[in-house]
Amino acid sequence: MKILVGVKRVVDYAVKIRVKPDRSGVVTEGVQHSMNPFDEIALEEAVKLKEKKLATEVVAFSLGGPKSAEVLRTALAKGADKAVHVQVTDAEAGKLESFHVAKALQKIVEQEKFDAVFLGKQAIDDDSSQTAPILAGLLEWPQALYASKVEDAGAGHMKVTREIDGGLDTIKVKVPFVLSADLRLNEPRYATLPNIMKAKKKPLKNIPIKDLNVDITPQTETLEVTEPPVRQAGGFVDDVSALVAKLKEKGFVKA
Amino acid sequence: MFLKILPRIRRPTRSYAAVLAARHEGFAKVMQSDLMAFENFLGQDAVKKDDITNHTTDWTGQFKGPGSVVLYPKSTEEVSAILAYCSKNKLAVVPQGGNTGLVGGSIPVHDEVVISMNKINKQFSFDDTMGILKCDSGFILEDLDNKLAKLGYMMPFDLGAKGSCQIGGNIATCAGGIRLIRYGSLHAHLLGLTVVLPDEHGTVLHLGSSIRKDNTTLHTPHLFLGSEGQLGVITSVTMTAVPKPKSVQSAMLGIESFKKCCEVLKLAKSSLTEILSSFELLDDATMECLKTNLGLHPVLNAPTPFSILVETSGSNEDHDMEKMSAFLDECLSKNLIIDGVLAGSSAEATKMWQLRESAPLAVTRDGYVYKHDVSLPLENYYELTNVMKERCGSLAKRIVTYGHLGDGNTHLNITSEKHNEELEKLLYPFLYEWVVDHGGSISAEHGIGQLKLPYSTFGKDPEERLLTKKLKNIFDPNGILNPYKTI
Repeated sequence: MKILVGVKRVVDYAVKIRVKPDRSGVVTEGVQHSMNPFDEIALEEAVKLKEKKLATEVVAFSLGGPKSAEVLRTALAKGADKAVHVQVTDAEAGKLESFHVAKALQKIVEQEKFDAVFLGKQAIDDDSSQTAPILAGLLEWPQALYASKVEDAGAGHMKVTREIDGGLDTIKVKVPFVLSADLRLNEPRYATLPNIMKAKKKPLKNIPIKDLNVDITPQTETLEVTEPPVRQAGGFVDDVSALVAKLKEKGFVKA
Repeated sequence: MFLKILPRIRRPTRSYAAVLAARHEGFAKVMQSDLMAFENFLGQDAVKKDDITNHTTDWTGQFKGPGSVVLYPKSTEEVSAILAYCSKNKLAVVPQGGNTGLVGGSIPVHDEVVISMNKINKQFSFDDTMGILKCDSGFILEDLDNKLAKLGYMMPFDLGAKGSCQIGGNIATCAGGIRLIRYGSLHAHLLGLTVVLPDEHGTVLHLGSSIRKDNTTLHTPHLFLGSEGQLGVITSVTMTAVPKPKSVQSAMLGIESFKKCCEVLKLAKSSLTEILSSFELLDDATMECLKTNLGLHPVLNAPTPFSILVETSGSNEDHDMEKMSAFLDECLSKNLIIDGVLAGSSAEATKMWQLRESAPLAVTRDGYVYKHDVSLPLENYYELTNVMKERCGSLAKRIVTYGHLGDGNTHLNITSEKHNEELEKLLYPFLYEWVVDHGGSISAEHGIGQLKLPYSTFGKDPEERLLTKKLKNIFDPNGILNPYKTI
């Protein structure tokens, strides 16, 4: 099985996000970035499958500005064999949507004949959660979303357990398929220094977006980005009757 | 030629944790009339007599005093009224901040009145051009950090107790922490203090100033750094804060020998230079303890005799990453390290720091811990551990070493299932004598308190000890402030 893993460079989850004064977006300049946590999990699963001899090759993919190469190098250090960087300018990167990413992935899959695409279930910057299902639709492949366990089901099939609102859902998918990784799928490994050194020699192919023939015209327009309203301070009441009176006053309880 | 004179070592007659100094009969007992007086000038809600064990037991659980009453003054004036009253009526008092001290210095030994600084946490002002902070002493360190973060600054020191310790206590203990190697000790940052003396007037003193440079008089506020509540009660602190770094990188390195750890330190200082902010050691016993007692897994794939946690803090991620990568490359190519991980996200960095910051907790799960906080010249730093391992043999459950290697400060922790007299006799005074004989200090940052009082003369001249006693008498003529400890 040849697995393509999509990884995205996002603002690090611990950063305190601030909205730009012109309200066009959030501040990303000079702010710490790292690999999207769900993508780390997707990559780890692919590498694990390779270690179990269920996969033969893991290729990392990213569609983004020049700095996305950093995240691809990290992916190589964490076990990917090769990397593909479909490059756009930073300005273009800010306007990319899941549809564009899915179309780019589709092109790569068709060119290189992959058996599976592993993606994080969503990116922590836009939370759109659309790339995996859109890609599955474009490729007409089965999809296993929010995976929390992946096993071999034999005869060209994989057994995937998914976390859904009601509990766990176990499905059997035919290879080739698209998978999106959820939090509890695995614990990603660290990129050790010796592996970082080895990763420098692994191939990282750079493909300018125009060579891929994918239209990245945005389909949506961001009108405004604002911070959520400031939480009002709560108040203390002395006893239950005061609480009930307040609830009635504010209309939460019928008088 | 440096002539080293061996200090006169006085064998202490009391043993370790059960140091129970007899109650000084010159002190009065707290009576109903005293409680009424306190309620009178502080208000009823500021006087607590029942349910006070969290104020009379220390964090390690090794020191407990019966106590009598806890007072919660809300201002410098109220502290002054309390101290004037107690001084006149010969009532002993204990000033208390976050009660996170590790040497039994902030809880009553007998029935001393606890003066809690918890409610003195309202005044806060910060000049974000000069980076000068002036605030009440009861602010919790983490809260100050959060307030400063909004202005692009942070406190110049950090320690595991940050969620509970208060700035007044940090000054009184001259807190060290994990970033001393970068920002220096509190001596570098303290500008001024408001303190209340335990004399019969409850004299309020404004020491130092709120500007950066002031050589008008003796630098009196600095006497309070490390004074452990012996000279006065601190109610307000003026100090410098430092710009909050935009880029923080953490790396965990696996090293096979202590000698190589020192070489890595040297290389870190010369190649990371101004961005190096932390250099912490954890030995393999510490890593094993973290895994067994707290289920925290190491970051490196295979155990190594030593792990070093290096951190850089700077304003430019590209610049810092370049320096860090070059440093790590050199460590690898010169064979100084066996393995290493550079944190690629804040989640990975958090996991690394969680290991270091949980070490003090992990050892407590063994049962009983003999904690040490000593400074040594680097060539003797780990020798101490080796010597103690041999000396204690199988009597100790675990001998664990972690610490601020960059400052020469080791936290050697020796554990056993429970308090063990035989082990204790092997440890003391031997360990402290060894430290002093090998050019070290018996208390690098935690202070003396009750815990190390029997050994507080080690490595110090008798004339100096006399001088500190004279100073104590000047500040506290009636001897009511935090008795039975430190001096």
